[in-house]
Amino acid sequence: MAKRTLDEWEELFRAGDKRALARAISWVEDRDPRGEALAARLADRPPTAWVLGITGPPGVGKSSLVEQLALRLLDQGNTVGVLAVDPTSPFSGGAVLGDRIRMQRTVVQAGAFVRSMGTRGALGGLARATPAAIHLLGAFGHDVVIVETVGVGQSEVEIVKSADTSVVVEAPGLGDSVQAIKAGILEIGDVFVVNKADRPGANRAALEIESMLQLGLETLDWVPPVVQVSATKRTGLDEMLVAMEKHRTHLEESGTLESVRAERRRAHFFSALHERLEELARDFTGAGAAGELLAGVAAGTITPESAAARVMPCFELAPAEVEEAQDAA
Amino acid sequence: MSESKIRVVVAKPGLDGHDRGAKIIARALRDAGMEVVYTGIRQTPDQIVSAVVQEDADVLCLSILSGAHNHLFPKIMKLVHGEGLDDVLVLGGGIIPEEDQPPLLEAGIQAIFGPGTPTGEIISYIRDNVRER
Repeated sequence: MAKRTLDEWEELFRAGDKRALARAISWVEDRDPRGEALAARLADRPPTAWVLGITGPPGVGKSSLVEQLALRLLDQGNTVGVLAVDPTSPFSGGAVLGDRIRMQRTVVQAGAFVRSMGTRGALGGLARATPAAIHLLGAFGHDVVIVETVGVGQSEVEIVKSADTSVVVEAPGLGDSVQAIKAGILEIGDVFVVNKADRPGANRAALEIESMLQLGLETLDWVPPVVQVSATKRTGLDEMLVAMEKHRTHLEESGTLESVRAERRRAHFFSALHERLEELARDFTGAGAAGELLAGVAAGTITPESAAARVMPCFELAPAEVEEAQDAA
Repeated sequence: MSESKIRVVVAKPGLDGHDRGAKIIARALRDAGMEVVYTGIRQTPDQIVSAVVQEDADVLCLSILSGAHNHLFPKIMKLVHGEGLDDVLVLGGGIIPEEDQPPLLEAGIQAIFGPGTPTGEIISYIRDNVRER
């Protein structure tokens, strides 16, 4: 079977062929240059999707909630793209991606697209390629993009840079009020959801979150609602969607939606920049003058931090590279 | 710097609920550095093919112990070909008697691995036969 050209893939993408969207996401994950090339060609299709981030500790039921959310959004006539992130093994580089298994009804809907992503070493709850994948799902034409983070817990705040509305999911019994005031994901929620509301402790969990929010009330122009739901018993789900839609309306009416998205594009730039700098660091061989610094570090005569500061001038971007970058933009 | 990973969908079509073998394969492929989308039991052909399309799978592993392979595998292959996914490597596993295998291979299943096949053998087979994207 002959390989398709980029032109052919672009045509399929514009025609709404899910295989092209799937392939484009693989490209950005794999750092295949065709990914960036396609994204640049799609500049005439700026995404207008509402991006919903769903985060929370492991086992609270995020995937089940995403399925229920997606089905309701599809029912309203939206097209929905879902990215579900799971951890990549730091040892083997492989992953078992097991969120899709909770979205059995969504995956076969014509207006839905569900894609699993391994973190591939990124920390913070998202894969490195997640912002680019969100962009592709939007450029494809989806009305809503739902991103489900890995769910390893408290420090998963990366999502707030990628989503319009960040939803923090908790479940009863995961901690007391001291837990609730610790830094981290409890600071980033636009909507809080207590799942497994049929279990004892749900009211208490909701109250604890509300109390924590009360402590910071003067600084909030949006007071995050706290909703109790049960994904498996199908209770509270419509109210959950209403709460999320209220936040979206708030963003639109307060005029902050555009600045949120501008900030997202900036954050994406910085993350792309970090990646290139990391690559420079990885490829650093310590040739020439830098080699002496490295030798000093190994011998213990220079601290690693001072060596790193002193090695910076050794990284020279050749003038030609900068010109090329400007032409390509 | 390219970082491509082999993406595999592991699915159990039909009503067979014995998933231990499928999970063992999923873990072994993970340990071999692959990204495995485990779609679980009771998969309809539509659910399986949606996974292959949306996950841009290089490999589809179908596990079945209920004896319904003669009915289900060709049905799935028809949908796979219908979606134009001709370069996806489709492998079968579980309880599939030898005499049933030729028509399945003809329908497009590339290889069938019976119970007790060393996972290393499956991993090598995938690495040797998977497409280039």
